[in-house]
Amino acid sequence: MIEARNLVKQFRDKKRGMVCAVDHVSFSCRPGEIYGLLGANGAGKTTTLRILSTILTPTEGTAIVNGYDVTREPQKIRSCVGFLSTATALYGRLSAFEMVEYFGRLHGLDETTIRRRIDAIFERLEMNDFRDRRCDRLSTGMKQKVSIARTLVHDPAVMIFDEPTVGLDVMAARTIVGFIRECRDMGKTVIFSTHVMSEVEKLCDHIGIIHGGKLMAEGTLAGLRQRFNLQDLEDIFVTVVES
Amino acid sequence: MSLRNIGIVYRKELIDSLRDRRTVISMVAVPLLLMPLLTIGAGVVLMQQVGRAMEEVPKVMILGGRDSPNLRAQLEHLKAVQIVPEKSDYAQEISNKQIRAAVDIPKDFDAKLAAGQPMTVKIYMYEGEIKSGFGADRLQKFFQQLRDRTVHNNLETRKLPETFVRPFDIREQNVAPPEKVGGAVLGGLVPYFVILLCLTGAMYPAMDLTAGEKERGTMETILCSPISRTHLVLGKFLMVLTASLATAVLSLISMAVSFGVGKKMLLDMVQGAADTALQITITGKAIISIFFIVLPLAVFFSAALLAISVFAKSFKEAQSYISPLMIVVVLPAVAAMLPGVEMNTALALVPVLNTSLICKEIITGTYHWKYIALIFMSSSIYAAIAIAIAVKLFQREDVLFRT
Repeated sequence: MIEARNLVKQFRDKKRGMVCAVDHVSFSCRPGEIYGLLGANGAGKTTTLRILSTILTPTEGTAIVNGYDVTREPQKIRSCVGFLSTATALYGRLSAFEMVEYFGRLHGLDETTIRRRIDAIFERLEMNDFRDRRCDRLSTGMKQKVSIARTLVHDPAVMIFDEPTVGLDVMAARTIVGFIRECRDMGKTVIFSTHVMSEVEKLCDHIGIIHGGKLMAEGTLAGLRQRFNLQDLEDIFVTVVES
Repeated sequence: MSLRNIGIVYRKELIDSLRDRRTVISMVAVPLLLMPLLTIGAGVVLMQQVGRAMEEVPKVMILGGRDSPNLRAQLEHLKAVQIVPEKSDYAQEISNKQIRAAVDIPKDFDAKLAAGQPMTVKIYMYEGEIKSGFGADRLQKFFQQLRDRTVHNNLETRKLPETFVRPFDIREQNVAPPEKVGGAVLGGLVPYFVILLCLTGAMYPAMDLTAGEKERGTMETILCSPISRTHLVLGKFLMVLTASLATAVLSLISMAVSFGVGKKMLLDMVQGAADTALQITITGKAIISIFFIVLPLAVFFSAALLAISVFAKSFKEAQSYISPLMIVVVLPAVAAMLPGVEMNTALALVPVLNTSLICKEIITGTYHWKYIALIFMSSSIYAAIAIAIAVKLFQREDVLFRT
């Protein structure tokens, strides 16, 4: 379960002064659901998700992730969250196995559990052919699989995806989309940010449209279509943003 | 504080760094190659150059002296020099290294010498040019011997004792043992290189583990793991310290071996007639003492470099911050080599300079325990402050996500 309560994040910018990247954002996402955060570049998606994964602390407000408060128990949250974005790269000089093993250790798992989990994940994602190959010698698709394995090694209850398909080719993007769907089917709480309308239409149970740091509209795809009397999500998005 | 977590980060960083060619070069290859090159290589080249210069029979020119056939005959019979015909542009020829030196014989030299009249013999040479120096030396030696012979003959003719012109002798007596004399010459160089290599050994890993991580996008990956940022920075710090100490230890070992081998080789080359500079002996006690006194400085360097590098957005930016730091470290390390700079309580508190000065003393076998304790303590305090700053910077979002 994720519950964002009046989240605010302000930054000091040399040129623009005080900038409000996230402005009183509230929403919730239940286990077994995918919540899609839809917004243009600079809308505040990444900052919101970084707050939820406790990489950043909110200026005001809070969020409850899997029962823990982001402002008070960030380490407990990081233990039950899997965070994946195009910015979360791999250690190039470690092998695929070592990379996942390292994160298993950081999550406090014992060596037997790590090995068992890695064996299961590598088998399911068909990664055994390149398990001992250095990450900097892997293809983009292989790297994505290693990143997925890295987020899954501690079997998190909450998955946070920040524009996970940006810059990926069709095949690599499909792997990610399939993985997100699998996470929902496993009963995990999934939050997902993107500016690709088709991905939102395909995946999300709930959609939040974010613009200028504010959550402008929220609901199911059907609910949003009914409310704005429009079928195409892109038209709905433009109407919300321009309003 | 979880040592397990710090250990996990340290182990990963160690594996990661040892697979990086650039880290291995700065940590292992540079100290292992630099010391033998500096000691044996430079020593051998220097000895060969000096040997070659000494073997050469220098070409010298006699200016004037046609009215003094006796002197000219003696000069022309000298085997140590080769006389070339007189030319007016002798200065130019010395500069162009066509001849090594020239001697200007005063008018009526033979006659004036016999009459006991005062005169000055001028020897022209190119200052700083070793072969020209040898040429001038040989001429000077000849004229000194001639003067001594003349004085001796004059005294004998007048039946006067030698003490008439030389009532007493002056002799300096050295009380310092030979290793201390050698240590004073070479001792300043040793800490300079150890300190410098300690810094350069830590430099690359510090940048790679912080700014490099930001650039490669792995910083965000590690920040979303449950490890605390304090454990993360301490694990990274330990890796940087390992690199710094490995560089220092390897350079110390390499230096001890190089001095041992180099000394033997150079002594063989000069057939035992070694300069006191070669009498330097680096003892095991000195090496261990230097290691312990350099330890807090390595901690200080590692933490300071980590703190500076984490502030940078990219590897390149980190390099531009750290390069000027080299000068800040080199200056006090060089200052310690200057003659006359001696340890006192105030200098014992100046980072880098204090370690450099005390190492110089340790090399020469002097152990001022009061200063050693003071330097160890002050360096440890600076190191603790640098670690605290690095930990603090790792907690700051505006530093970690600087755009």
